[in-house]
Amino acid sequence: MTAAILNIDWQTLADALALGGVYALMAVGIGLVFGVLRLVNFAYGQLVMAGAYALAFSSRWQWPTWGGILLCFGVVLALSTAMDRLVFRPLRTHSPAVMLVATFAVAFLLQSIALLAFGPLGDIATSLAPLNRPVSISGVDIRKIAIVSVVVAAGCLLGLQLLLGRTSVGLQMRAASMDFRTARMLGVRANRVIAGAVLVSGALAAVVSVMLTVQNPLVTPDFALRDTIVVLAGVVLGGLNRPVPATLGGFAIGFASGLLGGALPTNQSQYLPTFLFAAVILVLLVRPNGLFTRGRGSVERV
Amino acid sequence: MRRAAQLTELAGPAALVLGAALVGMAVSSSTETYFVDTLVKVSIVVALYVFIGNSGVLSFGHVSFVALGAWTAGVLSVPASEKPAIMPNLAGFLRDTTVGNVPSLALAALAGSVLALLVGLPLMRLSGLAAGIATFAVLEIVHNVLRYYDKIGPGLNTFSSVPETTGLWQAAIGALIAVALAFAYQRSRFGRQLRAAREDPAAASAAGISVYRQRLVAFVLSGALAGFAGGLYVHLLPLNTEALYLDLTFVTLAMLVVGGSTSLLGAVVGALAVSGLDSLLAAAENGIDVFGAHLDLPAGTRVIVVGALMAIVLIARPGGLTGGRELRLPPRRRRAEAPTATESA
Repeated sequence: MTAAILNIDWQTLADALALGGVYALMAVGIGLVFGVLRLVNFAYGQLVMAGAYALAFSSRWQWPTWGGILLCFGVVLALSTAMDRLVFRPLRTHSPAVMLVATFAVAFLLQSIALLAFGPLGDIATSLAPLNRPVSISGVDIRKIAIVSVVVAAGCLLGLQLLLGRTSVGLQMRAASMDFRTARMLGVRANRVIAGAVLVSGALAAVVSVMLTVQNPLVTPDFALRDTIVVLAGVVLGGLNRPVPATLGGFAIGFASGLLGGALPTNQSQYLPTFLFAAVILVLLVRPNGLFTRGRGSVERV
Repeated sequence: MRRAAQLTELAGPAALVLGAALVGMAVSSSTETYFVDTLVKVSIVVALYVFIGNSGVLSFGHVSFVALGAWTAGVLSVPASEKPAIMPNLAGFLRDTTVGNVPSLALAALAGSVLALLVGLPLMRLSGLAAGIATFAVLEIVHNVLRYYDKIGPGLNTFSSVPETTGLWQAAIGALIAVALAFAYQRSRFGRQLRAAREDPAAASAAGISVYRQRLVAFVLSGALAGFAGGLYVHLLPLNTEALYLDLTFVTLAMLVVGGSTSLLGAVVGALAVSGLDSLLAAAENGIDVFGAHLDLPAGTRVIVVGALMAIVLIARPGGLTGGRELRLPPRRRRAEAPTATESA
């Protein structure tokens, strides 16, 4: 155990922070859609995957970096809007379990389309590779992307808080997530609010694609699939109902995962998912409503 | 009249299983494997149904019981002489023990139920999303452990040399056992109490039903059936951990949802319909002739079609193909409830 603790150096800490930052971004995207639609979007990772493929193709066509990023945003935003129109909107009145299974289906659908169209081998996205280079801060090599992702995550969360708290669109989103029917009766345009939330969440997915392709340039059809599963667990752990606890949950699980990955001795590091998900189960048992929410009884009142 | 109505509830699914087995007998031996595979899938989906259908709580974790069942039956039935070659690091007890076909299936069911009990004791307190994520976590953990802990199985390797005893008859009898147990459970007071709790948890607890205990009973039974199905599966074809992971979870959940998750008939219909389509597409990926036209689909089409079908059924018919209802005889006044049956008569 002492050896395990000693293994955590500044390097691991920095990498864990970077992973936490990216996962926090995904958590914001998932939490935002859940807040408005009450829908856990399993297919979120496939949005990220689509964006990553856009980056990979633009680097194969030797587009300038800004062109690739623009294409990435375009593809992800179009896909998330299509998902909203074709799947989320018809399913809006169904039970959460049905919606969860439906997004599960969409996730597999998109993944197999990618497998069919682009093959299993994967493409390399090189657009922002310079960010992978380390900067040395007092002897610790920290990759620039680590700093960038933490800063971007914090910036996005701050922006989202401002959007939700200070603008009338944000007010409408919050109203819709509190009580959808009443909000509609009071003149909130439901479809527009939901489309807005889906777009913001799509934009976040595009940012995540850029960040993840820098850390892991090989884009395969199951790109970001594992990350989505982990982030979903993190989001539920943190508390799905509000953006800040959801983000904190995402950050916490990314940080824990990075830390465990660095701290476990090599012969046990293959069991990282076991440790991680055992921790998830433990936390869920102790605080089923979320780690970062104020406790409230979960028993339904008649 | 009521007794007859009860029996049709069992007879419908059982007849479908038998029908699939009989058709499987009539076709060529290369096509027969599709039918055997379908019947094993029926067992898995019925196992899923026992918990998800009766309780209304989503579980992504049942494939971990299937996997453990497959591991148990597989490890115990590989001949002792071949064990060191496939599983060099096997623990002593498992290395020295070899059992026959039927005991291995029984032990697989036992393993599934024990794991379900261990997991269910804490987890059945959760519901909704928390339950979904927690069962997913169980799937991840079991997959991870089976994949790397090679003292209890082949680890990263594929399970070869397991006697291939799951033919058409074993698969059909297995599916019938699963259907009969699921039927007996849902007619029992345990099943009825759990279904009441599914409809209205608050009212059910007010009526003195322990929702937790009823969910646990269903979870353990369903774990036993899933383990049993895993045993059948490993006796059918060489498996590895990847075959018992996300894809199988997705396909079996799709079957349950497409058929209609709240009825036994739905579970069987969904498994048969999706499997049938899947097998047809799998054959078409290799190129087949259907009604004179040559069909040759690119590899990977089947998952796309099944995924799209699942999304469409969910949107257009959230209750599934059967609407979540059991097969019932029409009441005395002529009111066709099952149009296909009346038309063919």
